Amino acid sequence: MKLNYYLKIIFPISIILVTNFAFAAGDAPVPPKRQWSFNGMFGTFERDKLQRGFKVYQEVCASCHSLKYINFRNLTEIGFTNDEAKFIASQATVPGGIDDEGEAFERPGRLSDPLPRPFPNDNAARAANGGALPPDLSLITKNRNYGPNYIFALLTGYVDPPDGYELSPGMSYNEWYPGHQIAMASPLSDEIVDYPDGTKATISQMAEDITHFLHWAANPELEERHSLGFQVLIFLTLLTVLFWFVKRAVWRKIDH
Amino acid sequence: MAGGPRRQYNNPIIRWIEYRLPIVSTMEATLGRDMPTPRNLNYWWSMGMILTVALAIQILTGIFLAMHYVPTAEGAFDSVERIMRDVNNGWMIRYMHANGASLFFAAVYIHIMRGLYYGSYKAPRELLWILGVLLLFIMMATAFIGYVLPWGQMSFWGATVITNLFSAIPLIGETLTTWIWGGFAVDNPTLNRFFSLHYLLPFVIAGITVLHIWALHVHGPSNPLGISPKGKHDTLPYHPYYTTKYLTVFGITLIIFAFFVFYEPLYLNHPDSFKPADPLSTPSHIVPEWYFLPFYAILRAIPDKLGGVIMFIASVAILFLVPFLDTSKVRSARFRPIYKQFYWIFIADVLLLGWCGSQPAGGIALLLARLGTVYYFAHFLLVMPLVGWFEKPRAIPEGISKPVIPKERAGFTAETSPEAAE
Ligand code: HEC
Ligand code: HEM
Repeated sequence: MKLNYYLKIIFPISIILVTNFAFAAGDAPVPPKRQWSFNGMFGTFERDKLQRGFKVYQEVCASCHSLKYINFRNLTEIGFTNDEAKFIASQATVPGGIDDEGEAFERPGRLSDPLPRPFPNDNAARAANGGALPPDLSLITKNRNYGPNYIFALLTGYVDPPDGYELSPGMSYNEWYPGHQIAMASPLSDEIVDYPDGTKATISQMAEDITHFLHWAANPELEERHSLGFQVLIFLTLLTVLFWFVKRAVWRKIDH
Repeated sequence: MAGGPRRQYNNPIIRWIEYRLPIVSTMEATLGRDMPTPRNLNYWWSMGMILTVALAIQILTGIFLAMHYVPTAEGAFDSVERIMRDVNNGWMIRYMHANGASLFFAAVYIHIMRGLYYGSYKAPRELLWILGVLLLFIMMATAFIGYVLPWGQMSFWGATVITNLFSAIPLIGETLTTWIWGGFAVDNPTLNRFFSLHYLLPFVIAGITVLHIWALHVHGPSNPLGISPKGKHDTLPYHPYYTTKYLTVFGITLIIFAFFVFYEPLYLNHPDSFKPADPLSTPSHIVPEWYFLPFYAILRAIPDKLGGVIMFIASVAILFLVPFLDTSKVRSARFRPIYKQFYWIFIADVLLLGWCGSQPAGGIALLLARLGTVYYFAHFLLVMPLVGWFEKPRAIPEGISKPVIPKERAGFTAETSPEAAE
């Protein structure tokens, strides 16, 4: 009897462990955990970080990385006004289709346009980056183990290679990149962007901001999901309590 | 009138319909009321209801996803992202569908564990059980095919690994695989037909579920004691007793489900599924969804490809034989001291296999997977027949009512029970 009892407790725990093992597997270094405002049940994004992160993306990362699932109109979700978003869009040139003469033409961007891609295709992107493909960043925090913690660690993890380490030409050494040799040179350096709100643009500050922004780009529904989820959980809890009392009332009549 | 006397209905519309097409009474007889339900069912019996809910969730959310999904190799991944970002509440629909599959499997595994523990598969419920195993097979096919549809790296490579298994079949293997793919690799035609099948199979599941519940209603559910109700004093009307009892489980299930959908929607997800399918780059470590892990471990445990495929299929198909492999005269493990221990060892073995399936093949995981596989089959082929044969079951109570009624009301008899008084 006692054995059975333990097994019944061990069973669900093992399920959790098994599923956990399935995904934590791998020998890449584990990046340190960080506090993010979007973690937890009440997690939200911080608008100032998102906007600063967007600036870092535009001024630094956008020359190599696309962000193809984000449209200019989405910028209103990170605290820009409609006019600001329109203005940002109009600064970009995007393909406008085919004109009456049959020629491709370009036009200023509109709210409905996706953010422009730096390269017309993957081959062009590879050619410009020594054969390595800069991945699209729209889903990057979901597409890497340890998500935002990894992206932050990566961006701040450029260090000198250990003594005697043979670094291939064009590669950089990164503490957190699996295999350590990465084809992206450290994209960030102190004061590489100029924050309008006066925040000091240290590498770690910019890494924090761009990671925050990229996590939004990967999960634009996060805030709605968290707040709706809370209402749903409250409702379901009340409903379940109600069900429980109904059950008790019905069964009291017979054998309890 | 075929089928004997039918109920009389007061509602004139139902009467009108019944006279022309006795559909209401037929449904009531096969699926609905009049099922004598043992009064001692515990919460493990609630999973059938949860499974029905899970199927409904999958079909409803699936229909809405299909309205926006583009089943082409070019468009699939983007269309799924559009659902997540641009379709109203699309993220919720998609996360419900993705996590709903896990809910479905969690429920079906508990359902099957219940069956194995309480001997629900024993006469006269063999066919009910066999229909259940058939449902499990089709569920697995549906889930596997559905996982391919978003066309991420895990979709593509999962599909490649599993469809490649068919090539192990002697003589026709290669031809069959090409036929399944609709080409020489997993590609656009494969995705197209998978979408078609993924839409079809849940309705096949729904149809077989009707048969499953029909078979259930012929003899009614078994119960934790495994003894048949002897009369009205042993049973309760399903409604309101079990409806209210299981609504509580329903509520708790929804709470857990909502927690995952809203707060941990990617807990069971693999990061590689967010990279679009790329036939030129194989992920370093291809893992199936958690609910396939034990079977995947068995597949990889066998050094020979064809042998692996056969054991893989056999590991599920062996459930078909359970009613005939278990030789015990007693249904419920409650009265089977030896079988009960083996039951929990078996569960531990399945968990061990699940862990092995999640690890890269090789080393200690492979060794454990091989031992686990041997034990898995031994449980069915040796333990079940032999323990049933040699075990001395504990004393079985005479009736259902006795142990249920608390001691202080031991004088409570069939004649004075509320049902009898009705
Ligand atoms: C000069 C071009 C260039 C710039 C600018 C650049 N990157 Fe990269 N990035 C690359 C290349 C090339 C790779 C692919 C590296 C590889 O495969 O080794 C890459 C890879 C990455 C990766 C994926 C690492 C992994 O785990 O595979 C991330 C994340 C990333 N970049 C983020 C950024 C961010 C954030 C910025 C802006 C702060 C940025 N990059 C700026 C060229 C660039
Ligand atoms: C699509 C999946 C399934 C659905 C929707 C489903 C639904 C149901 C429902 C509603 C019940 C009645 C309530 C209960 O006893 O729990 C039931 C009973 C049962 N199911 Fe399933 N089921 C499914 C899969 C399976 C599978 C895979 C098996 C076994 C391998 C199985 C075996 C049984 C048995 C044996 C019973 C009767 C239990 C008893 O009387 O003790 N079912 N099912």
